Amino acid sequence: MFGYVIRRLLVMIPTLIAISIIVFGIIQLPPGDYLSTYVAELQSQGEAVDPQKIQFLRELYGFDRPAWEQYLYWVAGLLQGNMGYSFAYNLPVNDVVGDRLVLTFIVSISTIIFTWVLAFPIGIYSATHQYSWTDYGLTLLGFLGLATPSFLLALVLLYGANTLFGISIGGLMDERFIGQPWSLAKVGSVLSHLWIPVIVIGASGTAGMIRRLRANLLDELQKQYVTTARAKGLKPFKVLMKYPLRMSLNPFIADIGTLLPHVISGAAIVSVVLSLPTTGPMLLEALRSQDMYLAGSFLMFMALLTVIGVFLSDLALAALDPRIRLDGGRQR
Amino acid sequence: MTQDLITEPPGSQPAGKAVSQPTEPLPHFVSTEPFDPNASEVMSAAQEAYFRASQWRMMWYRFRRHRVAVIAGGFLLVLYLSTLVSEVLAPYELHTRNTDFIYARPQAIHLVENGRFVGPFVYGFDFHLDMRNLRRVYSDNPNQVQKLRFFCLGDPYRFWGLIPASFHLVCPAEGGTLFLLGTDRLGRDMLSRIVYGTRISLTIGLIGISISFLLGITIGGLAGYYGGWIDVASQRLIEIVRCFPEIPLWMALSAALPVNWSPMLIYFGITLILGMLEWTGLARAVRSKLLALREEDFCTAAVLMGARPSRVIGRHLLPSFLSHLIASATLAIPSMILGETALSFLGLGLRPPITSWGVLLNEAQNINVVALYPWLLLPVIPVILVVLAFNFFGDGLRDAADPYH
Repeated sequence: MFGYVIRRLLVMIPTLIAISIIVFGIIQLPPGDYLSTYVAELQSQGEAVDPQKIQFLRELYGFDRPAWEQYLYWVAGLLQGNMGYSFAYNLPVNDVVGDRLVLTFIVSISTIIFTWVLAFPIGIYSATHQYSWTDYGLTLLGFLGLATPSFLLALVLLYGANTLFGISIGGLMDERFIGQPWSLAKVGSVLSHLWIPVIVIGASGTAGMIRRLRANLLDELQKQYVTTARAKGLKPFKVLMKYPLRMSLNPFIADIGTLLPHVISGAAIVSVVLSLPTTGPMLLEALRSQDMYLAGSFLMFMALLTVIGVFLSDLALAALDPRIRLDGGRQR
Repeated sequence: MTQDLITEPPGSQPAGKAVSQPTEPLPHFVSTEPFDPNASEVMSAAQEAYFRASQWRMMWYRFRRHRVAVIAGGFLLVLYLSTLVSEVLAPYELHTRNTDFIYARPQAIHLVENGRFVGPFVYGFDFHLDMRNLRRVYSDNPNQVQKLRFFCLGDPYRFWGLIPASFHLVCPAEGGTLFLLGTDRLGRDMLSRIVYGTRISLTIGLIGISISFLLGITIGGLAGYYGGWIDVASQRLIEIVRCFPEIPLWMALSAALPVNWSPMLIYFGITLILGMLEWTGLARAVRSKLLALREEDFCTAAVLMGARPSRVIGRHLLPSFLSHLIASATLAIPSMILGETALSFLGLGLRPPITSWGVLLNEAQNINVVALYPWLLLPVIPVILVVLAFNFFGDGLRDAADPYH
C-alpha cells in the first residue's frame, strides 16, 4: 500500500507541471503583455503613470525576458504561496483572494458529501425496488436533474424565492459577516446559507450517481452468489449489505475523480448566479477585465483541487480493492 | 410406431411384412411433386427479412422498441429541420424592435369573442407605467380584435442571410402585434428569438461533436491500435485535460479569444474550444474497444493478408464499434449545448447579433428584471427539453447499438 501511495504521488508531479504549463499558456494567450495594456488603460483615463510602479511590475514578472523564464518565475512564486499580482485590483493576488479559496473548498466538499448522503440510500432503494412506482418517479427526477444545468436551476430558484417568498437566497453569509474575521457566529451563518448552493450544485451529480449506483447494484443482484446466500437463509438486509453493495461501491468511490471537476465547474457558474463569495465570480470578473494572473491562479487552484481529489479517490479505491493496489504499478 | 418397435420382440418382424403385397401400390399417399430438400427451412418473406436483416436493420428493430427514445429522436429531428426554415417559422425577424412594446407580456390566443367564433386572434395592448415599482403593465383591450394571418407576408428578412423575402407561417394582423412569449428590453419578440436561437444552439452541438469525434477517433485509434508509448502519451494527455474543471477552462479560453474578431469567427472559435476539450471521453471509448478488438481472429487475418493499419482500422475494426461510438457521441452533444449556453449566459460566449439560447438567457442575469418580467426565463425550457431528448435518444441508441446482446 505504501509503495502504491508513493507511486501515485510521483505520477502527480508531471501532471501538475503539465497543468501549470497549460495555465501559463492561457495567461499568455491574450495579445500584448499586461503592462502595455495597463499603461494604455491608465493613459486613456487621463491618469498619470507612475514609472516607478511600472518598473517594479516589470521586474516582478520579468516581462522583458523570454516566456520560459517568466513561466519559471510564476511557478517559483506559486510554490512559495505567492500567486502573482492582480492588475485590476493593484494588489497581490493573495490579498485579493482572501477567504475565497477556503469558501470554494467548503462549498465543494459539502456538495460532495451531500451527493453521497443523498445518492446512497436512494440508489439502493431504487435498485432493490426496481420497476416500482417510486423507482420510476426517482428515475424521472434523476433524468430531470441531469438535464437541468445547475445555473439555470439556480436562476429559477432565485426567481421562485423572490416572487413567492420575497426573499433573496443569494450569498453565503449574513451581510454583517462579510470581511469580518472568522468566528463561531460567522461559521454558523455560512452553514445556514450553504444548503441552497449545495443543493443546486449537487443536483446533477446526485442524479448521475443514483443512476450509476442503481445500475451497478442491479448487475450484482442478479448474480448467483446472491441467490446462494438467499437460499442458505441469510437475512435479506445482510445479503444486500455484505456482498452486492460492497461490489457496487467500487465505482462509487472512483466517481470522486469525475465528480470533483464536475462540482467545481458547476460551482464556478452557480456562484456567479447566486453571487457567492467564492472563486467563481472573481474568475469571471478577472477574465472580463483580462486580469490574467488572477484568472490563472484561480484556474490553477481549481485544477489542483481536482488533482488532489482524484488522488484521494485513488487511495480510497486502493484501500477498498486489493486488485488495484497490487496491480497498480504493473505494466500491461 | 416407435411404441410398437419397443414392445415387439425382434423376432416378430416378419409377421408385419405379411400385411402388404409386394406387387400392389402402397396404400398411402405419395406426392408426385419434385422433392425440395430445403423445404423445412423455407421461410415466409417476413421471416426471411427478419432473419437476414443487416446489423443496422437489427439496430433499428431494437431501437424502435424503446418508445421514449423514438419520441425523443422525432422531437430532435423536427427541431433540426426547423432550423432550416427558422425565418419562415418565426413571426418576426430576429432584430425587429417594437419600441412601443418594451417588456410586453405574452399575448394569449383566443378563438371566440362574445360568443362569436372568430378564429385565432389576440387582443391589442393597452399600456401604462406602474409608477410604484416602475413596471410596464400591458392589459388586453377588448375592443381591439387582431386576427392572426397565416401563410402571409410580414416582417421582411433575408432567408439564410442571402435572399430577401417576407413570407411567414403566421403573422400579426396589419398594424397589430403577436407576442406569444412576450418581448425583451428592446421590444423584440421572444418567440422569434427563441426560434432563431435554436439554429445556433443546435448547430454548435453538431459542429462541436464532429470536431471531437474526429479527434477522439484519431487519437484513440492510434493509442488503441499501436499501444506502446503512443498509448501512454495519449492516456497522460487525456488525464491532464480531464483534470481541468471544464467550465472554468472554457471560460478562460473563450475570454482569450481576440476582442476584435467578428461574431461569426467567435462562433467558430467557441465551437472549436468546446470540441477540443470534449474528445477525451470518445478517445477512451475508441481505445478500449480497439484494444479488445485487435486481438480478434479477423483482425489478425487482415494483417496477415497484408492490409495496412489504416485499412485494418477503417475497414475491419471501425465498423464493429461505430454504433457504440455514435451512441456515446449523441450522449456528449448535450454537454456542448449546455457549455455554450453557460458561456453565453455569462457573456463570454457568442456575441450578438449571433443569437443562441444562452445569449437570450444573458438578459435574464439580473434577477430584479426577471422578477418583473418572468418570460425572460423562457429560453430555459427549450434548453432542458433538448438536453432531455438527447439523453433519452442516446440511451435508446446505446441499448440498440449491440443488437446481438
